[in-house]
Amino acid sequence: MCNLVSIARRVGAPRIVPTRGIPWPAGDPSLPPAQEADWRERLLRTALAAVATHVEGPTVFEVAADE
Amino acid sequence: MTAPEGRSVGAASVTVRVVHYLNQFFAGAGGEDAAGSPPARHDGPVGPGRRLAQLLGDGFEVVATVSCGDDWAATTPGAADAIVDLAAEAAPDVVVAGPAFTSGRYGLACARVVAAAAARGLPAVASMHEDNPGLDEAGAVPVVASGPVARHMAASLDALAPAVVAVAAGQPVVEHRIGKVPRVAKLSRYNAAERAVHLLLARLHGDTAATEVPLPRFDSVTPAAPVADPGHALVALVTEGGLVPDANPDQLESARATKWLRYGFDDHGRGLAPGRYRSVHGGFSTVAANEDPNRIVPLDAARRLVDQGAIGRLHGEWLVTTGNGTSVGNARRFGVEWAGELRRLGVQAALLTAT
Repeated sequence: MCNLVSIARRVGAPRIVPTRGIPWPAGDPSLPPAQEADWRERLLRTALAAVATHVEGPTVFEVAADE
Repeated sequence: MTAPEGRSVGAASVTVRVVHYLNQFFAGAGGEDAAGSPPARHDGPVGPGRRLAQLLGDGFEVVATVSCGDDWAATTPGAADAIVDLAAEAAPDVVVAGPAFTSGRYGLACARVVAAAAARGLPAVASMHEDNPGLDEAGAVPVVASGPVARHMAASLDALAPAVVAVAAGQPVVEHRIGKVPRVAKLSRYNAAERAVHLLLARLHGDTAATEVPLPRFDSVTPAAPVADPGHALVALVTEGGLVPDANPDQLESARATKWLRYGFDDHGRGLAPGRYRSVHGGFSTVAANEDPNRIVPLDAARRLVDQGAIGRLHGEWLVTTGNGTSVGNARRFGVEWAGELRRLGVQAALLTAT
């Protein structure tokens, strides 16, 4: 889970989930606490879906947009 | 790159116009607090640009400086072009970016800026450390090596100035050059078969580096097979965000880490409590992380996912190092050691938060 996706690709990271900021990889301080907690959970769920997915090379898994 | 029409580069009566790109910190606009600022143009040299101007001497003038916040430059779509647009307003003959040292966002921005400048026919050169993760995005544009940290500014500028002179004159940059170098056709007195045998003999004599074609730097990683069902898997949280107990008892470094550490989760809480942990990472403002350490190691959300059955079991500790100017060698070693240790513990998947 990282913010600079192009660097993750370049070093060959097979499963990449884009985050919302370098200083807060699992957070988003612009959100109120309840929404930030929800974002963190969705981020981890996306990461779990990624580890359960077969990939051939660096693959980006975007967290689905807010409902 | 051809010199702009009508100008005789290096001739006594015509000054080479240089535009210098710097990040917000070196432009004196602030630290991490100013990392989101959009690009701005200033007349003349700023900060280290003054020393660069002195080194370039007569015949060169740093006519303008463009500065930009590291976050804006590294993450805004079209950032490099926006920066080059501003640079172009000063009618440069050469665009110079950096030195960026090992700063990842700054190096990325410098590489993209010089690549965008070159795409518009502007001679350009960047400066950064050879381990800077942004290096490869400069493409065929020359990049010269800088020291690892700002303390090496003077020596880094000493290496950069001659490269600016060379680029302005349409000459190849050779000294201190790092990154991709475009292929040039050269006539050899030996044919390919003879050269291949020479290389083979060199190998047999122990020279493992000699090559005519350097292999690309990209890392080729074989992806692990997917986990069949994370809801029944043992999962670990790992990070390079430098999150440690507040006292930093094992003295994890803020940059150029030489070690990694492991700390057990306190099972009394639902997540990492503020005040008891902090990030020692020196590459970004840790204020937000220290307000809520779960922003670095997402324990609270991971525990909820265990409760909901999305994760089978959570490994009871996190592995940590600081990913700030980490040498490639150390980073590789940490990864191998983490994989070995997690495998030994029966962990099936590791979720890494990277900063």
